[in-house]
Amino acid sequence: MEIFPVLLIAIPLGGAFLIPILYKAWNRLAEIVAGLCLAAVLALSIYLAFFLVPGKPLVYLFGNWPVPLGIAFTVDRLSSFMLLVVSILVFFSYIFAIRYMDHFTGSGKFYTLYLLMLVGMNGVVMTGDLFNMFVFIEIASISSYALVAFGTEAEELEAGFKYMVMGEIASMMILLAIAFIYAATSTLNLADISRSFAAMDKTPGFWFVLILLMSGFSIKAALVPFHSWLPDAHPSAPAPISALLSGVFIKVLGVYAMARILFNVYGVSRASYPAVFNALLILGLASIIIASLLALYQKDYKRLLAYSSISQIGYIVLALGIGNEFALIGALAHILSHSLGKGLLFLTSGSVVYRVGERDITKFTGGLGKQMPWTSLSYNLGALSVAGMPPFLGFFSKLFIILGAVKAGFIVPAVVAGLFAVVTLGYLLKITNKVFWGKEGIKGIKESPFVMVFAMVSLVVLLVAGGAFFFWLKPHLLQPAADVLLKGTEYAEIVFRIGAGG
Amino acid sequence: MKGMTPIVKVVARIVGGFIFIYGCYIVLYGHLSPGGGFAGGAIIAACFILSRLAFGTTASQEKSASISSSIFESTGGLLFLLIALLGLFVGGYFFINLFPSFGTPGRLVSAGSIPFSNIAIGIKVAAAILSIFVVLASTKYIFKE
Amino acid sequence: MIILVASLILFLVGLYAIITKRNMIKVAVGFSLIEYSVNFLFAIVGFRPGALPPILQAVEVGKVYSDPLPQALVLTAIVIGLGVTAFMLSLILRLYNRIGSFDLEEIQRLKG
Repeated sequence: MEIFPVLLIAIPLGGAFLIPILYKAWNRLAEIVAGLCLAAVLALSIYLAFFLVPGKPLVYLFGNWPVPLGIAFTVDRLSSFMLLVVSILVFFSYIFAIRYMDHFTGSGKFYTLYLLMLVGMNGVVMTGDLFNMFVFIEIASISSYALVAFGTEAEELEAGFKYMVMGEIASMMILLAIAFIYAATSTLNLADISRSFAAMDKTPGFWFVLILLMSGFSIKAALVPFHSWLPDAHPSAPAPISALLSGVFIKVLGVYAMARILFNVYGVSRASYPAVFNALLILGLASIIIASLLALYQKDYKRLLAYSSISQIGYIVLALGIGNEFALIGALAHILSHSLGKGLLFLTSGSVVYRVGERDITKFTGGLGKQMPWTSLSYNLGALSVAGMPPFLGFFSKLFIILGAVKAGFIVPAVVAGLFAVVTLGYLLKITNKVFWGKEGIKGIKESPFVMVFAMVSLVVLLVAGGAFFFWLKPHLLQPAADVLLKGTEYAEIVFRIGAGG
Repeated sequence: MKGMTPIVKVVARIVGGFIFIYGCYIVLYGHLSPGGGFAGGAIIAACFILSRLAFGTTASQEKSASISSSIFESTGGLLFLLIALLGLFVGGYFFINLFPSFGTPGRLVSAGSIPFSNIAIGIKVAAAILSIFVVLASTKYIFKE
Repeated sequence: MIILVASLILFLVGLYAIITKRNMIKVAVGFSLIEYSVNFLFAIVGFRPGALPPILQAVEVGKVYSDPLPQALVLTAIVIGLGVTAFMLSLILRLYNRIGSFDLEEIQRLKG
């Protein structure tokens, strides 16, 4: 178990370097190598997510340099939870992509970028070093820019360029903040920074750096004032990549990094610095309201789902802003349920595009549910889960967020969160109504190939199972992860206790 | 006529080899003096780019260059990963220096596995910069029709 | 302090170029400026007045050595900057080949 963090980076990285060599010999080798790597990563992260002892994180020292000196990977229960979320969706998107990528050329390049993006996300989640985190953010981001522009049509290139401009501004803000932090503390280890911050005067410069970091991560997470790139970028990518970008990418690079820095490094809590949390609350509420209303007017299948992603990210940030135990459990559950649910919805869009070749829902005559029963079923169940209807996993995550809001005395956010769950259902059912329901379908459309159906149905099964076993998941998966955030700067003490010995 | 004027070709022919050797020197002495894998690799790539600019290329040459440079790039990356993993399986820690006290400090044979990492990075960076150049230059062939 | 302000000004100049310029090549130049400003700031952070180079062949206790870590960070940031610039230029070139213009407003097809 000690070397798992290294393997989680080394396996996909080695696969990414092997594919360009092997794929010249035989095209399908790219898929085989990628599949083996992803299966190994999935197995390792499932083991870590359930068997890592809470309160006793793995601290892996690179080159055996003790904690404040070298680079250390710090895998606690929050990291292992995020690893699980990432690797599940990455695995099923890959299964979907095996057939979906028949339409595209250059599958070797696709899987190389795919694995590199996984390396970046795994690294962001596991690293205990601020600059290292920036490097992994850039690895993930650059591969995602390339994947968004993968089709090389004019619209896709434009979306890629726009995404790249916004993403790089965010990265540079984060890098500038890292430079300031290094100038002030002379260290880059998250635990060591946390100790230095605790002893530091809270000058305006201190808060300026926090604002720089938060703006950078907010752009990466596409919260509402910074959201303009997402509705262009996510629909332009191939469907498995849209699923990954909306499902896990914005959560890992935006929400996870933000939560880790706020709670564990800055050590702020609702009681000590309410202003920070009120800002998050307002950002979250604005995302929920504005993105939901914009989503109601969309005519493009994938664009509608992209706006929905912004509003669901709003729920997670709202819950972080409430900041009590219930809300944090809700936030983590929503990360899980939205990654499965929105990933599923984007995969169904890929399935429809694969057979029909059309994304504008006003051009559909309905009735596709008769010809593509599994896609239709998956879409409808996924939509119910994302909207937060029982008995799916999405219901419990929204329930806990609302319970947290009520418990902390925020009645208005609770009402808004409840109300906009219904709006979510409204705009998602718009696609059901226009595309899947009805008598007359488009002639000559068959169900998608078996592997694509298998990927979608597996995600539906996971959503249903997550709902059914939610009260088993809560103590075993969500509670330990939420405890990491709730304990705040105790993180630094734990990391030093385990890692400083060398 | 393919490529640039005879003056450029003659100068490129004379200088190219020296640039290549200088790049190798920067890579190999990376653990002793400023430079290392990235800087040296960039210089090696400059040598190839110079000859491509001076002598000109055809579409088929661009294609074979892009294939071979991507293979070299992956090989360099794999070598670097292998050195790091050797540290894990032999020395017990990822990226650990396998023989830190071998050789005399300040001489060419010193610093353990750092020179080997530098060579791997040098191969990777040279191939990567060359392939960037090839990709940017070969867009004119892709869209000619 | 004056150096810190200088690097911030360079950052803002780059940001200005990205926000206001319609030519995509100028946007890419803006990104390079931002990168240079941050790298400059990193390099300054490691500076100590009158310090020795951080090469410990014969350790002298009590002497001031400059901080070597920011240089390593700057190198990493430069490599990342190379990747970003290269990818951005190749995107721009592809777009130019598709549409025949570097102007962002002529390219715009998506609603944003």
